[in-house]
Amino acid sequence: MRAADELLHAGFDGSLTVIGAEAELPYDRPPLSKQVLAGSWDPEKTRLRVDPAVRERLRLGVAATALDLVDRTVVLADGERVPFGGLVIATGAAPRTLPGTERMGGVFVLRTLDDCRGLAAELDKGPKVAVIGAGFIGSEVAASCRARGLDVTVIEALDLPLLRVLGPVVGQACADLHRDHGTDLRLGIGVASLEGGSRVARVRLADGTAVEADVVVVGVGVVPVTGWLEESGLALDDGVVCDAWCRADGADAVVAAGDVARWFHPGFDESMRVEHWTNAAEQGAYAARSLLGLATEPFAPIPYFWSDQYDTKIQFLGRATATDEFAVVEGSLEERRFVAAFGRGDRLVGALSMNMPHRIMAWRSRIAAADSFSGN
Amino acid sequence: MRVVVDFDRCQSNALCMAEAPEVFEVREDGFLYILNDMPPDELRGKVEAAARVCPTQAITVED
Repeated sequence: MRAADELLHAGFDGSLTVIGAEAELPYDRPPLSKQVLAGSWDPEKTRLRVDPAVRERLRLGVAATALDLVDRTVVLADGERVPFGGLVIATGAAPRTLPGTERMGGVFVLRTLDDCRGLAAELDKGPKVAVIGAGFIGSEVAASCRARGLDVTVIEALDLPLLRVLGPVVGQACADLHRDHGTDLRLGIGVASLEGGSRVARVRLADGTAVEADVVVVGVGVVPVTGWLEESGLALDDGVVCDAWCRADGADAVVAAGDVARWFHPGFDESMRVEHWTNAAEQGAYAARSLLGLATEPFAPIPYFWSDQYDTKIQFLGRATATDEFAVVEGSLEERRFVAAFGRGDRLVGALSMNMPHRIMAWRSRIAAADSFSGN
Repeated sequence: MRVVVDFDRCQSNALCMAEAPEVFEVREDGFLYILNDMPPDELRGKVEAAARVCPTQAITVED
């Protein structure tokens, strides 16, 4: 949607078609695991403001199933072939499922408004809930369920939540956050199977024990939606491979943005794919400008994400891995009100805040300037 | 131009503060304060950038 907006605002006056697989007017996903699931927002509050000029160019409820780069057409699920001069690929990512459980009653992934409606309706019945995965989606779902007064067990295969993304110190703080709010958090244990027949009754863990559950939410990550591009000739590698200008490798006048795009970030000197809202918005707008030949610099954002869990706001700027150097630089870890810095080879690469939203943005320019980490 | 914030949507992400600190400030209490709800026209670019960057679509810029 951001790409479409940007195309029009940049003065593109040719024919524009926006194709969306979901039969829904465009909406925002972040509230689905937060306010909408907790019941404090009506689902319609997630609708995006859509420029009327874009709205009349929407083709909803039909997926793209193939890309023909010879004919330069997109093939749709209903057989229609849509010719194009320029193409923005923003097909996003789809949740991983537990194989064999996709049609089991009471088992949910949470990506779409439809998923959310179904899950919320089940939660209204007061079930025991099991959440598989303590990532952002899983943790927010757990928090929303606790806000509804439901019993929740979260099962996480790693030793701490978000361990690979944010490291052990933040991981421990996240674990404490769950437990302090009455969530039963099981760490370092995998799921063997879901038991129950046509409707789930329990989660069988890898150690043979079981967690009784009427509703299971699977939050074990997403996979970029590139199946439709497999025969196209575009380079694919956990996403559509793009250069630093978000141009797809293997075609002219094709760009990609958002969860589906793996582009080369010249500031971090690595190819990356970002699954967060801010990137989808920024990269969508950038990719449109790049497509029109209006981009004056490569795409080198400081990525941002946030997660609202229980009474806590987690915010992150930049890049981090569990092996980066880590230091709390403001506030108090014990009070769960702090800012922490992440470093790599003495370079400041990331900053995280728990409950200090007034302090986190000051770090953005320092990350962009590749400040020294040990200078903190 | 007038800046309007829907405080039911605002989640204090503070991205607006990063874009237009002359207009938006998230304070130690965790709340967003609008420093000037009728900012001068030379801040239009920054204010519109703040509206676009807000992850919860809480900011509207009225002419």
